[in-house]
Amino acid sequence: MAEAFKFELVSPERLLVSEQVESVVIPGAEGEMTVMAQHAPVMTTIKPGVVTVKAAGGKEDRYVVFGGFADILPSGCTLLAESAVHVNDIDRADLARRIQDAKEDAADAKDDVARSRAEQFLSQLTTLEGALLPA
Amino acid sequence: MASLKDLRNRIASVKATQKITKAMQMVAAAKLRRAQEAAEAARPYSERMGAVLANITQAIGGGGDAPALMTGTGRDDVHLLIVCTAERGLCGGFNSQIARLARDHIRRLLADGKQVKVICVGKKGFDILRRDYASLILERVDLREVKTLGFVNADAIARKVIHLFNEGGFDICTLFYSQFKSVISQIPTAQQIIPAAQASATAGAGNGGGAVYEYEPEPGEILSDLIPRNIAVQIFRALLENAAGEMGAKMSAMDNATRNAGDMINRLSITYNRQRQAQITKELIEIISGAEAL
Repeated sequence: MAEAFKFELVSPERLLVSEQVESVVIPGAEGEMTVMAQHAPVMTTIKPGVVTVKAAGGKEDRYVVFGGFADILPSGCTLLAESAVHVNDIDRADLARRIQDAKEDAADAKDDVARSRAEQFLSQLTTLEGALLPA
Repeated sequence: MASLKDLRNRIASVKATQKITKAMQMVAAAKLRRAQEAAEAARPYSERMGAVLANITQAIGGGGDAPALMTGTGRDDVHLLIVCTAERGLCGGFNSQIARLARDHIRRLLADGKQVKVICVGKKGFDILRRDYASLILERVDLREVKTLGFVNADAIARKVIHLFNEGGFDICTLFYSQFKSVISQIPTAQQIIPAAQASATAGAGNGGGAVYEYEPEPGEILSDLIPRNIAVQIFRALLENAAGEMGAKMSAMDNATRNAGDMINRLSITYNRQRQAQITKELIEIISGAEAL
């Protein structure tokens, strides 16, 4: 069995998860990464996606996050999510609303940088929707 | 001298008022507990955020690529004040304390020849500041419809502020809110959020300060993403503290009102009883003297 480490998932409203885990898969801004114990210190932004947490007991939990940060140390990992929900509690209407907002942002963007950023965010959201909701 | 009937009516009306204030106090107590829980639940996030911010600032070492939100524009000509108050009154001096602090600040800034802009969050602060400084108020954020304060509310305000900053609308941004110390004491506070340099300096020496991080993407890029979020978190925290403070203030104000009503009822009842006794005595005297005259 792999070594366990401390994982915390925090959203502005509350602390969602704080437990010993075996591994965590994080949707990093530059690609997914699996964090295990004794990981090198890394700080990364995360894109909208699914965080998979494998608890020390072998139980797996999935959470949907909408952007944020991960602070990874050999001793533990803290994920600051802008908003996070358990995958079972995800609300389709909410997701649809976020996509709508992102579309408007992309349409409203004034310069190219802002537009490409907004479009990137939108595509991340639609990918997420596709992954979550088998239509 | 009020008649017996008048007194009876008075007592009835004070009793009704007492019932209302009592109910309001209990509602405030229940809401206070919830607001306190929300404020406590939000604490880990802002703490971690502070630690992460301190780490990154260290990594960059105050280099030239720090975003303007952090270092400021280098001027202090235009000030933006975000004044957070409650949406409702009947909570003692809570709103007026915050508004007074903001007003003193505005007066000082204007005397120094600075330009001042104000964003009001909450109706009561707006009502108070409108009297003197209506022309300075840019906008009023209404949270009356909001049942449970969410991060989205704070984020929306932060977005407006950052947008304004990027357009060069102001140089320094200060947040006014009431710090929740305990149920009976709320301290009106002014906190500078843009530029954020000072805030992160105090949060320094966080855990893992010695670790050498890898950054993905570059520290500067992370920072430019992190700072706006930090502003939203600060505003969120201010709103939560305010919510808890408002309920605390309301609870003690209503407790006072209930007690005052009780005192008043006591006093009125005594007067009422005395007068009734006097009337009975008078009637007896009339009957007796009438009987003796026969």
